[in-house]
Amino acid sequence: MMIYFQLFLAFFIPGILGYGGGPASIPLIENEVVKRYEWMTVQEFGEVLALGNSLPGPIATKMAGYIGFEMGGVLGSFVSVFATVAPSLILIILVGGILLKYKKSPKVKRLSLFVQPVIAILLGVMAWQFFSESYAGIGIWQTAIIVILSYLLIERWKIHPALIIAGALLYGGFFL
Amino acid sequence: MKTQWNIFIAFFRVGILGFGGGPASIPLIQKEVVDNYKWMENEEFGEILAIGNTLPGPIATKLAGYIGYRVSGLIGMFNALIATVLPTILLMIILLTSLSNIREFDWVQGMTAAVVPVVGMMMAVLTWQFAKKAGIGFGWGKALIMIFIVFILLQVLHIHPGIVIVVLLILALTLPVKKKNDDIGSKEGNK
Repeated sequence: MMIYFQLFLAFFIPGILGYGGGPASIPLIENEVVKRYEWMTVQEFGEVLALGNSLPGPIATKMAGYIGFEMGGVLGSFVSVFATVAPSLILIILVGGILLKYKKSPKVKRLSLFVQPVIAILLGVMAWQFFSESYAGIGIWQTAIIVILSYLLIERWKIHPALIIAGALLYGGFFL
Repeated sequence: MKTQWNIFIAFFRVGILGFGGGPASIPLIQKEVVDNYKWMENEEFGEILAIGNTLPGPIATKLAGYIGYRVSGLIGMFNALIATVLPTILLMIILLTSLSNIREFDWVQGMTAAVVPVVGMMMAVLTWQFAKKAGIGFGWGKALIMIFIVFILLQVLHIHPGIVIVVLLILALTLPVKKKNDDIGSKEGNK
């Protein structure tokens, strides 16, 4: 019973605090899942995130659905997705009309902006964790080459991320 | 019945074609809802999107749930939600459970080792995107000071990010608004 309550909390908090859509809630999910409840290591979280990024659909619910399933089966998966989706959806249905009246108010408009520095720091720390994890595992050269190559391929040459993840899996399977 | 089927197909297509997380699928939702099924005008869609952005949480499910609700009540809402999230959650679970069954093999560990730096790179790019939003919104000087203070609070003093976010939200609603912020708001609106 306890696990369902914990799953609910672990995904309710990112759902209610993640300003900037699903990607903004990734580091908040990591904070709960890896640091607070220690359900998985940084490396495991990174693997789930990698696969999540190579599949279509909203990222926050993919993470919730899978981690919930790992920890508490089908019901766990349902509880986690519910906690991710329900709070903001209920808010938009209940107070959408009121917000519409204030949507031009600069104070309401800047809500999301004020949270961006926190999200940036949390994401930056996650990036750092993955880099140092990788440095410890496969060394500086392999890490640097994979980082630079994947950056150029995805961000500069706009190759689909799913292909890059698949390519990294193949490379790792043969050479690491 | 026809409406429910249409809602399901519309959001199923969005869920299965939207690579790059929820925000990347907004144009796909717009295409289905405004152009394809004509459930609402472009202007109304823009308003819903604006409201959605002032609220926390994943944007794709907020839009799907709200539009489903507007088109045909609670059943429409659940229908749109399930169509958006279920297909990819099932894919995740199937792929990851089969991956963990073969995880003892050396080559599988090699595979995951090569993926970690890629994810790090993706997180670094996201970091830059969010830092840039802060930089453009606040001006870079102010944004860097804020980022530094937030860094101390989170990483040195280990305050839960939730507390920091709630305090910042209260500041956003209570601090007086300078004229500069209005200009930035209208600039963003033109983009």
